[in-house]
Amino acid sequence: MAARILFPLAVVLAIVAVALIGGSISFLQPLFSVALLYVAFAIFFFGFIAKVINWAKSPVPFRIPTTAGQEFSLPWIKWSKIDNPSTLGGVLMRMFFEVCLFRSLFRNMRTDLRSGWLIHSPTKWLWLLALGFHYSFLIIAIRHLRLFLHPIPGVVETLDAIDGMFQIGIPPLYLSDIIISLCVTGLLIRRLFLPKVRFVSLAADYFPLFLIIAIITTGLLMRFVFRVDITAVKALANGIVSFHPVVPKGIGAIFFVHLALVCTLIAYFPFSKLMHMGGIFMSPTRNLANTSRMAYHENPWRQPPKFHSYEEYEDMYRDYMKEAGLPLERE
Amino acid sequence: MAKELTPQEMLRIDLTPPNRDWMDIPTVIKPGIYCYPAKPEKIEIVGMPNPHVWSPLDDDWGLPEDWKETFLQGMRERLEKHRSFKIFMDICVRCGACADKCHFFLGSGDPKNMPVVRAELIRSVYRGEFTKAGQILGRLAGGRKLTEDVLKEIWYYMFQCTECRRCSLFCPYGIDTAEVTIIGRELINLFGLNINWIQEPVANCYETGNHLGLLPHTFKQNIEFMCMDIEEFVGITIDPPFNKKGAEILFVTPSGDVFADPGIYTLMGYLMLFEHIGLDYTWSTYASEGGNFGFFTSLDMAQRLNAKIYAEAKRLGVKWILGGECGHMWRVVHQYMNTFNGPPEFLEEPVSPITGTKFENAKSAKMVHIAEFTADLIKHGKLKLNPKRNDHLKVTYHDSCNPSRGMGMFEEPRYVIKSVCKHFYEMPENTIREQTFCCGSGAGLNAGENMELRLRGGLPRANAVKYVHERFGVNMLSCVCAIDRAALPASMEYWVPDMKVCGMSELVGNALVMEGEHDRPTDLRGEEIPGFAKAEGEGEEVTEDV
Repeated sequence: MAARILFPLAVVLAIVAVALIGGSISFLQPLFSVALLYVAFAIFFFGFIAKVINWAKSPVPFRIPTTAGQEFSLPWIKWSKIDNPSTLGGVLMRMFFEVCLFRSLFRNMRTDLRSGWLIHSPTKWLWLLALGFHYSFLIIAIRHLRLFLHPIPGVVETLDAIDGMFQIGIPPLYLSDIIISLCVTGLLIRRLFLPKVRFVSLAADYFPLFLIIAIITTGLLMRFVFRVDITAVKALANGIVSFHPVVPKGIGAIFFVHLALVCTLIAYFPFSKLMHMGGIFMSPTRNLANTSRMAYHENPWRQPPKFHSYEEYEDMYRDYMKEAGLPLERE
Repeated sequence: MAKELTPQEMLRIDLTPPNRDWMDIPTVIKPGIYCYPAKPEKIEIVGMPNPHVWSPLDDDWGLPEDWKETFLQGMRERLEKHRSFKIFMDICVRCGACADKCHFFLGSGDPKNMPVVRAELIRSVYRGEFTKAGQILGRLAGGRKLTEDVLKEIWYYMFQCTECRRCSLFCPYGIDTAEVTIIGRELINLFGLNINWIQEPVANCYETGNHLGLLPHTFKQNIEFMCMDIEEFVGITIDPPFNKKGAEILFVTPSGDVFADPGIYTLMGYLMLFEHIGLDYTWSTYASEGGNFGFFTSLDMAQRLNAKIYAEAKRLGVKWILGGECGHMWRVVHQYMNTFNGPPEFLEEPVSPITGTKFENAKSAKMVHIAEFTADLIKHGKLKLNPKRNDHLKVTYHDSCNPSRGMGMFEEPRYVIKSVCKHFYEMPENTIREQTFCCGSGAGLNAGENMELRLRGGLPRANAVKYVHERFGVNMLSCVCAIDRAALPASMEYWVPDMKVCGMSELVGNALVMEGEHDRPTDLRGEEIPGFAKAEGEGEEVTEDV
């Protein structure tokens, strides 16, 4: 039981320790920044593509959407164009709601047994935590582009300004930092304390959570406690994207810890459940139109069936059929 | 065993899983939960592998020597054939959204019945045998090796899933346990380990054309008996056509309706409806099964059994096919048939001969659902109906899993039922339409020996029925599924006594005003209708409204 929680925790702490040491020794710094980042990105990029190609290699032999609303049928029956799409537009809308708003998770409810009655009540916690987590993660990732792009695109500037508009503390605490911290804590609490979720959780579920928590923590520490030289970091980032990497002096070790954790996350990505990011787009129960009777769907590996033909059937039962007055092909 | 457990005892369910790793909880195969093994001769008829005598309670299941390689090779092949299976093995994040959506989990509290764990049973083998992390890290990566115990566990839980797809509705990635169960059962069938309640209907359907193995003359006779009942209760004579070449429409329905109470009343409803509108149609004794237990065996077997329908339509030269009320039959007809055995170029795009309505949604597969067909007739005012004949009923409607989440047919049957019944009450919204609960006995699990499992799986549905029974006095549970009609009476008798079960078309049949009918003091079951014993039209006034 404990191994699946402690092992990933230990791995994350080990990464922190190694990066802390590596980041403190100046001749190792290129290894813990430039090399690590290149390798991690290469693994992510090629690994992600390889996984998607691997999925795509398997065909979708049957049209099996999960229909979540009224089918398209008689003209006077109002059909559910998004939850049970029969057109490409409908499928795109369904995918939009699924990918951007977590439609299926929004349906979530909890069922409890109380004095003989099963009570189904809506629960939006998981949806809220998941949505808050993913969107703040996205915003933080976009914000980080300011380190890599020169000049900084207006979109990134604007997002940055909105994200920091509450001006809490100095330097100001970003809204996305608050939300992601709350959400990731909530998600961890679910895993640790909700009996059903704890029961199904594996090391592979705790590991990315611990990793992300460590990334957030080191990020916040860098901003508020162990300030790093942001111009130096920017110079490093610029060097990396222009493929002329230099490692400026004076970047604190905490930065290398942050970076090592991020690199671990992206390198781990293609081999993990995090691939749900790619998988959701290819899920046959969501991305197919419910046109099963309207349009022919081809199965590339279809074989003609071996079945008991009518002729064999009539040969088998001719006497009975004759007696019962059923029409026959051959008397 | 179920018979000895009172509902109060059965309801002592703990939905809180133990604080342990599921891999550490040994699976014990329990009587009342599992179904008896397939008889070898029933496997031989359809030429499937490894027919042998064995028992789930034995240590030795008679597995072939190379079973492990066969299983893994089978899994590898299926990963390459089904993108669904491959993706669903990779992307589950174990968020737990599906955990309390399964009727078997809610009714039993067995944590391995949480859909995520049921899939993990196979996913753990996938990780342990096919992925590097799983091969190296083993359990730390959520992987395990395939052993006989693992196979037995998979077997046990693949037959505790009715492929109802309720979990897939709530999964943020659309992971469909039915896909996993379908493939899990295919793998099980590589070793002759099917259950007999599935295998025997498969063999029967293959040879005689229907699950019950009704021979051609018996099939015809059974329907003729129902015509005699109609003659007695309604006073009209119906002479249904069989294997008639050149008929406009081939009608195919699950054979349960030809045989078992209360399905037979639904079938009487079909007969009266077709007579009422003067439909040019035919029954077939060869393609006499709409249901498809092959679907619960392997997709290959499903295709082989399904092939008869188009083959017979071609032989008889009909224009299109009309299908009766059945759940999984419609999953197969709607989502698989055209791909399996179509497209049927020899048929025409379905058009109602009575109303002229084109069934656009069936223009390629050329098969229309009886609820779609009947709703269209009623909308066009083509049926003479006296809904007062159903006034003594307070009706609710159970959405069958497959026409719900594998098709989306919600309004058609409701429109029909509300047109023929004045008193209609919906069950709570989280238990109907796309969120409907399984009857608890689908996917070939409606045997007698697993009654405890069936009653447990039937609890969430029964619980919602009980709610409308106590709140509104509902006394009739209607549905459009032959398995429901076979399974729900037992579940109701246990959980909600006094609740009767009927098909949609039975209610239609009761309300139809037939030309030349005599006084009809009874319904199609031969039971007196209050207020109709004296004369037509004097139904009791009921004040409550819908």
